[in-house]
Amino acid sequence: MIDGREREWADWMRRAIDGDADAYRRLLTAITPRLRAMARRRCDQFGAPPSEAEDVVQEVLLAIHLKRGTWDPARPLGPWLSAITRNKLIDSLRRRGRVVNAPVEDLIETLEAEETGAITDRLDVERVLGGLRDPQRDIVRSISLEGRGVRETAERLGMSDGAVRVALHRALKALAAIYGRESR
Amino acid sequence: MKTDDLIDLLVTDTGGATPLAGRIRAAFAIGVAFSVLLLLATIGARPDLVAALATPRVQFKIGFTLLLALSAGAVAARAGVPGARLRAWPLALPALVLALGVGAELVVSPPGTWGTRLVGAHAAFCVFFIPVLSIAPLAALIRALREGAPDNPGRAGAFAGLAAGSLAAAIYAWHCPDDSPLFVASWYVIGMAIVTAAGGIIGRRALRW
Repeated sequence: MIDGREREWADWMRRAIDGDADAYRRLLTAITPRLRAMARRRCDQFGAPPSEAEDVVQEVLLAIHLKRGTWDPARPLGPWLSAITRNKLIDSLRRRGRVVNAPVEDLIETLEAEETGAITDRLDVERVLGGLRDPQRDIVRSISLEGRGVRETAERLGMSDGAVRVALHRALKALAAIYGRESR
Repeated sequence: MKTDDLIDLLVTDTGGATPLAGRIRAAFAIGVAFSVLLLLATIGARPDLVAALATPRVQFKIGFTLLLALSAGAVAARAGVPGARLRAWPLALPALVLALGVGAELVVSPPGTWGTRLVGAHAAFCVFFIPVLSIAPLAALIRALREGAPDNPGRAGAFAGLAAGSLAAAIYAWHCPDDSPLFVASWYVIGMAIVTAAGGIIGRRALRW
């Protein structure tokens, strides 16, 4: 069961790196509930609100995304994913003043969280966007909140597709830095 | 921000998926190009370089430092991968080559000359200039490793420093008139150690992610 999941996730990741956005979305959508279960369990231990767990989930997702070039497609995905998750989860919780003293479980073996209650986030979107510069802010708003694609966003902002892609990548790096700052 | 909105952003971004090993190789190329130009523009190569390259001592000096640079670069690239087991064995080969070089020198040269061979003519300049030549390779390697995700940023930075320092040493060897393996094993190693320590200190801050 876990072997099957490992193969499936690795396959999605390989296709994602080759530019298959649908495969990438399937992977991130499969990872997120498991990550959420891990983060909530940790936050429960500290009596921290679930909204804090959601910020941790987003920080880990950003790290998986920004560091995916370090995964060697010839190797299994599970250990790499667990190492990223472990490093980032511990780091993120520590910055929030929580000390993780039990070992962090493997992401790929974790069961999904039961969806109890609304998924809330603490980092309000306007606050996140406020940390970005133009045109990054407009691009992030257009793609995430307004659900536009790169082409449509480029046309609306009078930019080339390539310039939008470059700015989007920079925006995600900036976002990772904002999450790191806001939780200090 | 909603996690689903974040995922929309992530699946749209196709940048940054370049394999880390490729980035490290590019950093090596940039560092070599820059430091070779710096050497040629400042102190220049030794006038007898072509003849010197035919001598075993100079071959040892350049061969050892290049081998160490490649080995340390390979370890640094591994250090940038989360969860990767770091193995030190790639560094065993250059260490063995250094030991053999020193051993051979002690065998072929009379004990009375060991002192002058060790001290050489330009020890202080060597310890100064190897770090100078390592600035560009170290900057390029740290920049490449920033795209990585080292479990231990200080250690990754130190391996980048060792790679940059030995690369700088291999380039400095084009100028350096002190050819004894005894000189290399002391002053070159001190110069490379300084860069390794600097890489570790820089890495602790710059390679956190």
